[in-house]
Amino acid sequence: MRVEQIAVFLENKSGRLAEITRVLAENNINIRALSVADTADFGILRLIVDKVDLAKDVLRKGGFTVGKTNVVAVEVPDRTGGLASVLEVVTEAEINVEYMYAFVNKSGSDAVLIFRFEEMDKAIDVLQEKGFTLLTGAQICSL
Amino acid sequence: MNWQEIETLPRCGLESIQLRRLQALVYRIYDKVPPYRAKMDAAGVQPQDIQSLADLRKLPFTTKDDLRDNYPFGLFATPMEEVIRVHASSGTTGKSTVVGYTQADIALWASVMARCLTMAGVTRGDMVHNAYGYGLFTGGLGAHYGIEALGATVIPVSGGNSRRQVMIMRDFGSTVLLSTPSYALNLADAMADAGVTPDDFQLRVGIHGAEPWSENMREEVERKLGIKAVDIYGLSEIIGPGVAMECLQTERGMHILEDNFLPEIVDPDTLEPLPYGETGELVFTTLTKEAFPLIRYRTKDISRLFCEPCACGRTLVRMEKVTGRTDDMLIIRGVNVFPSQVEHVLMGVEGVEPHYQIEVSREGSLDVMSVLVEISENIFSDEIKVLEQLSRKIRAELKDMLGITAKIKLVEPRSIQRSEGKAQRVIDRRKI
Repeated sequence: MRVEQIAVFLENKSGRLAEITRVLAENNINIRALSVADTADFGILRLIVDKVDLAKDVLRKGGFTVGKTNVVAVEVPDRTGGLASVLEVVTEAEINVEYMYAFVNKSGSDAVLIFRFEEMDKAIDVLQEKGFTLLTGAQICSL
Repeated sequence: MNWQEIETLPRCGLESIQLRRLQALVYRIYDKVPPYRAKMDAAGVQPQDIQSLADLRKLPFTTKDDLRDNYPFGLFATPMEEVIRVHASSGTTGKSTVVGYTQADIALWASVMARCLTMAGVTRGDMVHNAYGYGLFTGGLGAHYGIEALGATVIPVSGGNSRRQVMIMRDFGSTVLLSTPSYALNLADAMADAGVTPDDFQLRVGIHGAEPWSENMREEVERKLGIKAVDIYGLSEIIGPGVAMECLQTERGMHILEDNFLPEIVDPDTLEPLPYGETGELVFTTLTKEAFPLIRYRTKDISRLFCEPCACGRTLVRMEKVTGRTDDMLIIRGVNVFPSQVEHVLMGVEGVEPHYQIEVSREGSLDVMSVLVEISENIFSDEIKVLEQLSRKIRAELKDMLGITAKIKLVEPRSIQRSEGKAQRVIDRRKI
């Protein structure tokens, strides 16, 4: 129940994000979710796209440093306490969150939380045990 | 003969002293230093061939590579039991340049440094604030013994802790400041921060060297500290500080103590000696040192020599402020840095690409070195903390090797411009 995510190294200079999105658009790659983490000196762009391998390929050809990692996508009802209920479970199990980001499903009834955990397998087990819905990459792309 | 006599001799009188000393030196090194003998034999020159100062050009040059090849003591001309002190510079790839001094060399060093201080009007009764670093670096101790030899009072404060330095300068009534020019400006900032002005101090003169500095910087130091700022030149290989010094009357250049250090200017490409007034690489022969004599040492510093008489009455030849280097060495906050040292550290960090660039700038009065490192897929991570750890590791290892802190900038692959020939490793944005 893992979702493939690509990460791109971003220098802090103008136009880099625009360049990435242009390359993806030209190759008909659709971005489903993204987040940018930044420090004073550099940033990391994390993307969930419909064509992971193609995206990685074209970005690499465009001169970017690209990595592929696995994340977990948890679907929760889009209402107060949705995120809190997930975090409560992982805290209980003493699992660290490396980073996370979220987006709201188009239908408006659900939200999708993307997590990078320190112990990915343990997190998947615990969340499934507690009855959370984990999405696959294909499911995210069809949302 | 006292200093005053030597420094005001007619040129011919000085040249006869130089020739006598040069001849004795050449016989001595041919006898005592096998690598020199080998080089002289290879060049087909024997000690008896040196009949005039013009014959100096028959002797082979000595370079930093010769020093490195004979690391640590292979070029010493006296047995180690006569060597009472060693100093070392930071060399490339971890190997330093080691220099040694006999008892007589230490006395000579103190005397040339005292003569330099005298040119800046320092006398007994002066309170001399010595903010050059103490240790293996020749700056601090070299100046220290000169101040004592002169009979002035030395405050061996060394570098760092500017706030405390300002307090000491005020409370002790320092009249003379010895420091790198950039540290002098740093002290001026610390004074401003402490809410004190030059009027609260008794400082009269600043003696600044160990890094390149411009006339604009001199004006800034003079204005901010309310002093007369003069330039001093020296390098560990030759003796340390005390090779050449500006007098208070000079309009151009530093007097070289050429009864001890015989200067030449050569064309860095052809290595042919150039006449007075022409720009080239400065070369020194040490005429009087015992433990570590050097023949025609290529300093890599670019300068010019002038021999018109100076208003102060000294007939010693003068050298222009050093305007550049013939190699890629950088001087950052008084520390010698070779790009190859940075490269050595980077290549030791797993996964780091061979593409890097060093940027040097001046923020306020301090030199700042940034190292740009291209990030490759094998070290890239989607987690910020992993990349930050990498930056910290490179910074710590550079600090270990160079003794200075660099800013590390991780950059995208291929973002550092590739060149057709020799890579441009250094961008120096400092306005000297």
